[in-house]
Amino acid sequence: MRFEVPIVIPVSKPRKGSSGETGLWRVERPIINESKCIKCWLCWLYCPEEVISEGENGFPVIDLSYCKGCGVCADVCPAKAIEMVREYG
Amino acid sequence: MAEGEWNIITGNHAAALAAKLARVNVVAAYPITPQTTVVEYLASFIESGYMNAEYIRVESEHSAMAAVIGAAAAGARTFTATSSQGLVYMSEVLHWAAGSRAPVGMAVINRALGPPWNIHVDHQDSMSQRDTGWMQIYVSSNQEVLDTIIMMYKVAEHPDVMLPFMVCLDAFVLSHTFMPVNVPRQEDVDEFLPPFRPAWILDPSDPIIYGSLVLPDEEYQEMRWSMDLSMKRALDVMEDVAEEFHEKFGRYHGAAIMKYRMSDAEYVILTSATLASEAEVAVDMMRDEGISVGLLKLRSFRPFPHRDIKESLQGRKGVVVIDRSISFSSGGPIGTEVKSSLYDVSGAPPIVNYISGLGGRDLTYNDVIAMFKDAVSRIASGRVRKPYYWYKLKPEYQRIELAEEVII
Amino acid sequence: MSLTIHDLRKRSSSYLPGSAACPGCGATIAFRIASRVLGPNTVYVIPACCSSIIQSPYPRSAFSAPVLNFAFAAAAAAASGVYRAYKFQGRDVNVVVWAGDGGTVDIGIQALSGAAERGEDIIYICYDNEAYMNTGIQRSGATPKGAVTKTTPTGKREMPKDMPMIVAAHGVPYVATASVGYPFDLANKLEKAKKIRGFKYIHILSPCPPGWDFPVEKTAELGKLAVDTYFWPLYEIENGKLRITIKPRKRPVKDFLTVQGRFSSLKEEDIEELEKRIMEKWNSLLQLESMERIF
Repeated sequence: MRFEVPIVIPVSKPRKGSSGETGLWRVERPIINESKCIKCWLCWLYCPEEVISEGENGFPVIDLSYCKGCGVCADVCPAKAIEMVREYG
Repeated sequence: MAEGEWNIITGNHAAALAAKLARVNVVAAYPITPQTTVVEYLASFIESGYMNAEYIRVESEHSAMAAVIGAAAAGARTFTATSSQGLVYMSEVLHWAAGSRAPVGMAVINRALGPPWNIHVDHQDSMSQRDTGWMQIYVSSNQEVLDTIIMMYKVAEHPDVMLPFMVCLDAFVLSHTFMPVNVPRQEDVDEFLPPFRPAWILDPSDPIIYGSLVLPDEEYQEMRWSMDLSMKRALDVMEDVAEEFHEKFGRYHGAAIMKYRMSDAEYVILTSATLASEAEVAVDMMRDEGISVGLLKLRSFRPFPHRDIKESLQGRKGVVVIDRSISFSSGGPIGTEVKSSLYDVSGAPPIVNYISGLGGRDLTYNDVIAMFKDAVSRIASGRVRKPYYWYKLKPEYQRIELAEEVII
Repeated sequence: MSLTIHDLRKRSSSYLPGSAACPGCGATIAFRIASRVLGPNTVYVIPACCSSIIQSPYPRSAFSAPVLNFAFAAAAAAASGVYRAYKFQGRDVNVVVWAGDGGTVDIGIQALSGAAERGEDIIYICYDNEAYMNTGIQRSGATPKGAVTKTTPTGKREMPKDMPMIVAAHGVPYVATASVGYPFDLANKLEKAKKIRGFKYIHILSPCPPGWDFPVEKTAELGKLAVDTYFWPLYEIENGKLRITIKPRKRPVKDFLTVQGRFSSLKEEDIEELEKRIMEKWNSLLQLESMERIF
């Protein structure tokens, strides 16, 4: 009698939010001041989490579901257009 | 039935030819005595255009195994070969190959482990890797080397199996000894062995990520269970493939086991590799003396053929198992596992396990007869007092081995 | 022929947000830029390192390119096998090793050396956070002298291995150093490497906030400071010819060291000695640059 043999293998598939909603890790959140922003896109270039993209109005927009609040964007912005603001209290 | 060409070749040459006939795509190997001529033949086959494959002259055995796993992950049929220190050096990646479900093929020229250096036949190298998830087949002739490697690609690449295999041949006794071998034609092997269809593959058009972190409540345990299930299924697949090979090429070496004069045998000698050939001669000689004895040649140590062992040994008057390696303080790997196979079988025979032939200590049919007669006399007089006995030690040490005080 | 921000914005990376990486991780900045330049026709071989875990646990992955996770010591060997299989099949795919410093300069050095000597057509990228960070900050052969780690609690006494030079000594067609603080330099080097046949090696400095002990937002800034203080010179060696690719106006190495807690045990004389070594290294690089071939 032949039994069914499944080949169970550790194959993962690409998925956004693979470690969950990492935005929950944040202690500070970045706020972009569009009046100062010069659209150099350095924030996008350096963001370790790839959460910055182009918004509808042409300015950078941050996906807060995954932004870990590291502040690198604020640190590299040549126009000082990003401010890190505490999440709680 | 397919006709081949007769050649008189060494076991290593036969292994290299098998890899060529199996249309292996990538070879990666590192030399070690007595495997060296396998890789030398392969290099010359490839450089001369006789064989179409990529040859990676890796810098170590660990890298040899890593390279063939990488190649298999990209969809290639692969081959490597090693012995002794090389095999145990690649131990980490042996586990990796099995866990990657990469049906890598490997010829292992069984050689003793150091220290001290010893280049002669001994099964400690492959036996010590029995838990890696690799299939292990022990063979007794150069013809069997060639045929088994080809057959095992078909077994290993079966969609229910997908596990790597090693075909084990004794150092110098087979690797460097010339024997007549009927070499099949490429077209016939092509008909017998279809192209490799991997269980998973690295392909930019359909990205997958292999081998990430798997947490305890995800399917790690199931992945190991799946490997175990596949290994057990391989026993059935092996039988089917051996039948197919028999039909096509006219040769049958057995599947997991090969029985010789066993149908009416009261006593059975159970051993593997070239010692089994010696045991065949011993059986014939003893049969001429009127002793009712047969031989069970164990070909497949992994997967371990519990069912075959139980069916073949149940009801016999005695079994003599000869191992060419030692699991220190526990016994011979084959002896121990045969006993465990028969543990709750009614009519299980008395079993005497001998350890001998390590480091190339020569064993002939006379030694097999001596061990057999020793075992039978022990069984008859109730003197099977130890789980295993070392045999053919130098006299001053053999004396200690047999002294009653050394009983565990 | 330099890549601009607009060129880079047109390409997608193989990194998906929401990974297991620490906030401010230098390695993910490096991976985002590298994968963007390498493109989707790329397969990564990743030994045990931070990136093994950054990918997130099964069954989801933060990396969207094919990845072969592999045993620690053997990434370059596995990559050699992947490359040769594609070669046999007549397929043109970028085969890339993405390894940390441990799997490159220490346990992985044998396989790397073998692959380099054989001239396997792969790109070996080492993202260097200067310690075994994945296992909790233990020193590696790449850890700088004086750095505090869990296995060098009073500061590492030895100088690190000069891995780029070691690889260059194998006579490979392309070796380069890079830093996450100079992303365009990194991008250009990878773009160049992609087009070269043979073994290519890129060594990227990847600052690590928890491991180096600095405020999490300063990752990119530190990557730039390392270069501007000459602590981490940016050069490439193409067919044996060395060229320093960024020549900043030098800043005192103290500016780089004082931001990081791992160098807090350094005394004035240690910093002076380091400054001296840095200038010696810089001057020797300038001399090497004037030679037609160094390897």
